Amino acid sequence: MDCDKCGKPAKVHLTQLVGGKVKKVVLCNECAAETGVTDPTGFALADLLLGGGGEHGVATAIPRPPGQGRACPECGFTLDDLKRIRRFGCGACYEAFRDQVKDMIRGMHKGASHCGKVPDGLMEMRQRKLRLGELQERLDQAVTAENYEEAAGLRDEIRQIEESMANSETPS
Amino acid sequence: MMRFSTLLKHPADWMTGKGADNAVVLTSRIRLARNLAGVPFPGWARKEQRQQVLEELRPTIEGLSCMRDGFSKTLDSLSSVQKQVMVERHLISREHAARGEGSAAIIERRQEVAVMLNEEDHLRMQAIRPGLDLSSAYEMLDAFDNEVAEAVEYAFDPELGYLTTCPTNLGTGLRASAMLHLPALVISDQIGQVLQAVGKIGLAVRGIFGEGTESLGNLFQISNQSTLGESEATILRRLERVIAQVAKHERNAREKLLEDDPDMVCDKVGRAYGVLRHAWIIESKEALNHLSLIRLGGDLGFFPEESVLMCDELLMEIQPAHLQIQNGKKLGAEERDGIRAEIIRSRLQTLEAPDIHTIKKQEGDDDSPDLGIA
Ligand SMILES: [Zn+2]
Ligand SMILES: [Zn+2]
Repeated sequence: MDCDKCGKPAKVHLTQLVGGKVKKVVLCNECAAETGVTDPTGFALADLLLGGGGEHGVATAIPRPPGQGRACPECGFTLDDLKRIRRFGCGACYEAFRDQVKDMIRGMHKGASHCGKVPDGLMEMRQRKLRLGELQERLDQAVTAENYEEAAGLRDEIRQIEESMANSETPS
Repeated sequence: MMRFSTLLKHPADWMTGKGADNAVVLTSRIRLARNLAGVPFPGWARKEQRQQVLEELRPTIEGLSCMRDGFSKTLDSLSSVQKQVMVERHLISREHAARGEGSAAIIERRQEVAVMLNEEDHLRMQAIRPGLDLSSAYEMLDAFDNEVAEAVEYAFDPELGYLTTCPTNLGTGLRASAMLHLPALVISDQIGQVLQAVGKIGLAVRGIFGEGTESLGNLFQISNQSTLGESEATILRRLERVIAQVAKHERNAREKLLEDDPDMVCDKVGRAYGVLRHAWIIESKEALNHLSLIRLGGDLGFFPEESVLMCDELLMEIQPAHLQIQNGKKLGAEERDGIRAEIIRSRLQTLEAPDIHTIKKQEGDDDSPDLGIA
């Protein structure tokens, strides 16, 4: 068999069976060494348990500046970046590219919606944050309208929520 | 905090199969991928942002009760050989070893829980147990994950679950796997069938194949591929069931080999013993394949029971970075092959030649599990 990189006789074989299909990478000793694999069997053994190497290739930093196309408002990751590297820039990208996500995960998983674990307190935290934003907005309006009595009440409520969030963030 | 030399000196119990039936299933591993909300994922984050994540997560993880007296190092503070040793010990991934500034590895003192910070995701946590025991590995890591979640806010979406850099990990972020030693299925040529059947259920099988279908050391890994659309319990239950079935097939194949062709088995094990006892230069591939047969022999009663444990320790010790760190210097491939042979010879010195005559045939168990294989 010939090396996938240079065509010389290959010595290093990494094979995986994914979804009933066999995927193979074969390299000659030189190319294996070049990719940092000094003794492929040692690495391969580790990959076998850790699921590295063949699964993901080398996950280095994504080169900036970002590509063209619609961008995630939080991190600037673009639709082009997504198409190129099939990875996401941040959590908010999933919201920004929700339609593309649907296409991407079709056939990738058993289902399209999560039915596993939900982090404790996360939903609560999220609701508090939403509520906080809401109150802040009303406070700004009250201040602009010089409605100081309402503003004072709103400030109290905001302080209360902030305190309870700070408390729940520090583990006992 | 634990020093690197301590980490090196004391291999975890799970690495050497202590206290579990690991003759076929060596280890069970659970990995969870998690990210922080509001910060770009490591591959897309700027250097300062990665540093910021590290500064938030590292003290949080180090502060958890189970991490007391554990090991914690940033990757830029470890040498490349040290990092490779950790890869060989399955404590960090190869990808993680390639990282430096802004990434860290935190390992619980029994090395059952290991955390990688800023690998592909902000947080990659793993728990490993010897033998087939995915559920207790998951329980351990689930509790750990809960503790972390109390201190930080995870990137989570009600529909998509835990959000990850790569969509292949979405949802539960759970990758469960087991490492299996399947020499009898390989020798009896049933391995292809079994692995195809496992693949058809949607699970992934990996092996390190040389020429033909014989995998390096007859070692295989089975893991789930799908992480979204099913609960953790469902994923684990299916995987555990299938792994148990494969293990059963291997057991049956071992019994059948002894029954049908004991001479062939004795010949294979005996030759492996002969080579390892007397080789002066040995590549890791050849060493692994022979050790695999000694391991099989240990399980079949050719050698004392402890020889399985000895093989597992050797499997680790003869890897390149381990050889280099033991010798305190960088070694060329030829030097390594010499030292490897020396280590194996000295460990095998106390192992007597296979006791062929006392091998008793065991009654076969006809209760064959159903993997859809004729
Ligand atoms: Zn090549
Ligand atoms: Zn984004």
